[in-house]
Amino acid sequence: MGITFRKETFRDDFTFRNSPEHIRRFPFPFHEDAYMYAVNIEPHVVGPKGSVLENLIDVDEHYVAEMQDRALVLAEDPLRCQSLPHMTLAGWDLLELLMEQQALGYPEHFTLTRDGDRWRWINRPLGIDDTFTFGDTSTLPYGPMEYITRQSQGDFCILDQRDGNLWMDAGMVTTQADWSLDFDIGMNFFEWHAPVPLAHEKGIFTRALKFLTNIQQGKPARRLNWTMTINPRLDTSPENYHKWGPDRTTVTPENVGDKVHLRVELQSFWRLPRSNGIVFPIRCYLIKMDELVTQPKWARRLHRVIRDLPEELATYKGLTRYRPTLVEWLSKLDDGSPTSPGFGPD
Amino acid sequence: MSTGTTKLDVVVSDVVPVNELVTRFHFRRRDGELLPTFSGGAHVVVEMRDGDRTRLNPYSLMGSPLDTREYTISVRRDDVGRGGSLFMHRSVKPGLEMVISYPVNLFSLDLRAKKHLMLAGGIGITPFMAQTAQLAGEGGNFELHYTCRTASLATYADVLRERYDRRIRLYHDDRDERIDLDRLLSTQPLGTHLYVCGPAGMINWVRDRATALGWPSEAVHFEHFAAPQPGLPFDVTLAVSGKTIRVGEQQSLLEAIEAAGVDPPYLCRGGVCGQCETNVISYDGKFIHNDHWLSEEDHRSGCKIMPCVSRFEGRSLVLER
Repeated sequence: MGITFRKETFRDDFTFRNSPEHIRRFPFPFHEDAYMYAVNIEPHVVGPKGSVLENLIDVDEHYVAEMQDRALVLAEDPLRCQSLPHMTLAGWDLLELLMEQQALGYPEHFTLTRDGDRWRWINRPLGIDDTFTFGDTSTLPYGPMEYITRQSQGDFCILDQRDGNLWMDAGMVTTQADWSLDFDIGMNFFEWHAPVPLAHEKGIFTRALKFLTNIQQGKPARRLNWTMTINPRLDTSPENYHKWGPDRTTVTPENVGDKVHLRVELQSFWRLPRSNGIVFPIRCYLIKMDELVTQPKWARRLHRVIRDLPEELATYKGLTRYRPTLVEWLSKLDDGSPTSPGFGPD
Repeated sequence: MSTGTTKLDVVVSDVVPVNELVTRFHFRRRDGELLPTFSGGAHVVVEMRDGDRTRLNPYSLMGSPLDTREYTISVRRDDVGRGGSLFMHRSVKPGLEMVISYPVNLFSLDLRAKKHLMLAGGIGITPFMAQTAQLAGEGGNFELHYTCRTASLATYADVLRERYDRRIRLYHDDRDERIDLDRLLSTQPLGTHLYVCGPAGMINWVRDRATALGWPSEAVHFEHFAAPQPGLPFDVTLAVSGKTIRVGEQQSLLEAIEAAGVDPPYLCRGGVCGQCETNVISYDGKFIHNDHWLSEEDHRSGCKIMPCVSRFEGRSLVLER
């Protein structure tokens, strides 16, 4: 049967919506009624059917619209996709990973056929049928990383591993929560994390780097991160701050449910086999408050989390201006009754 | 168990004597599928079931990373070691089912290099077999200098010369041929990265000269798996699991901990990767540190030990395991 892809936008008229099935599969990131940083990394293994973890690379009803939005971003700003010269091999690694995983999870939409290094890739939702030579960039319309990440949901950072550190040396970043690949390109793990508050003091990055440099082939890992976005805008980049920053002043008690979105990133970490690099897919899921509160447990819990969030985190996540309005709106949906443990809806 | 890497069920598809000391082993997957792709310089850990003993030894993958139908390793027979290489030479025959780890690369090429300058000594040639194959496939710029004892022990020199011709330079100890190291290191183009794999003495010599001649440490890469050395038996208390164990003469501390049913994490089992680093709670005696992971300060402090390669002599040792 396959996925019915929605026709929708992430800009201008913002027609993005989640279907009822997609609301229930939303990766709600709070397992308890409070939130604080932790090194919340776990093995990236297949999860329950009907969840976003059913496949290790998730394709959902927003696929086609997200790929169209990515193409628009790249047309305006080609620097959202960059790969330093030594990262081409890692790009081929990523192309193999994403083609394999998408074809494995969604055979009705994607087909990969290999005959030695002659590969044929069929992407039915986007109407692509290409035959190319694996390893020969001249046989693809773009470099391998750009080619495949124009056909894969989520942002992708490819990290080179050397000198006991990880280096942000390639990436496709168009659906980011206010950070810039063009700014971070070539930086190491500590440099690109420098702006994050509180976590350095807790030694989180030192431990995280040790973990990441030891990620093994065939054993990917994952974590969830979250923030909030006004309007379902995928491209909340520093480059376009002038377009989305002012949105944060437009939240009123009347439009909270429609405008305020919880933005969850499913981040995963994979060792790449040929280049020995690490790829870091950052997959963004959006859900508006009206959709989220259809699950009463999530409404109660989100109210408590946002109400009690430490000030530094609220500032870092850019919630300060509309937090009181949001908390007030959510409080009406919180009768004070307990929430069940775990992430899922009741 | 979270220790180590994912395992691969393989069958020995071929055993080929290469010369009087070295034998090559070929592995294929038992299910007939392709093996995972790997990068030049990667190793696998081979599990050897020898009676009631299990040895886990790392060996560099030496085939082309472009061919994943089979993995190949080369094992040099060590008549005075702990028996892993003797087991491979005597007991491993075609058709034997074995378990190996997924590939792990702790000796990766720096793909930014304008040129890769490789120095191999003896069996240290094996990671370069894969790295040269990888680079040749991509049109990479490399040069390999290979030191061996005699022409008949120049493992794979003939293959390398045939594949890469003048990019391979050979030096035979018995003909008194020596690498003019200072000259070699002083005449490289900017952007060259140096890789060395061989006996400890050679690695130290090359690293020292490179430092003295002003090479940045980020451009000098080396791989030295210290094989665990045999030694006097000793007793250890594992405080967390509440066990007391004896480490046998031919056993490593890590193997003895595993035999007691405790599974510390590991990757290289050669004192390089840092995974099995273990805190010392108390001791009365002397450590024999053989790893390349802990700092000299750590070694002096008596607070840490790498159980994969290091040993202990004395009255008591209590570890946080």
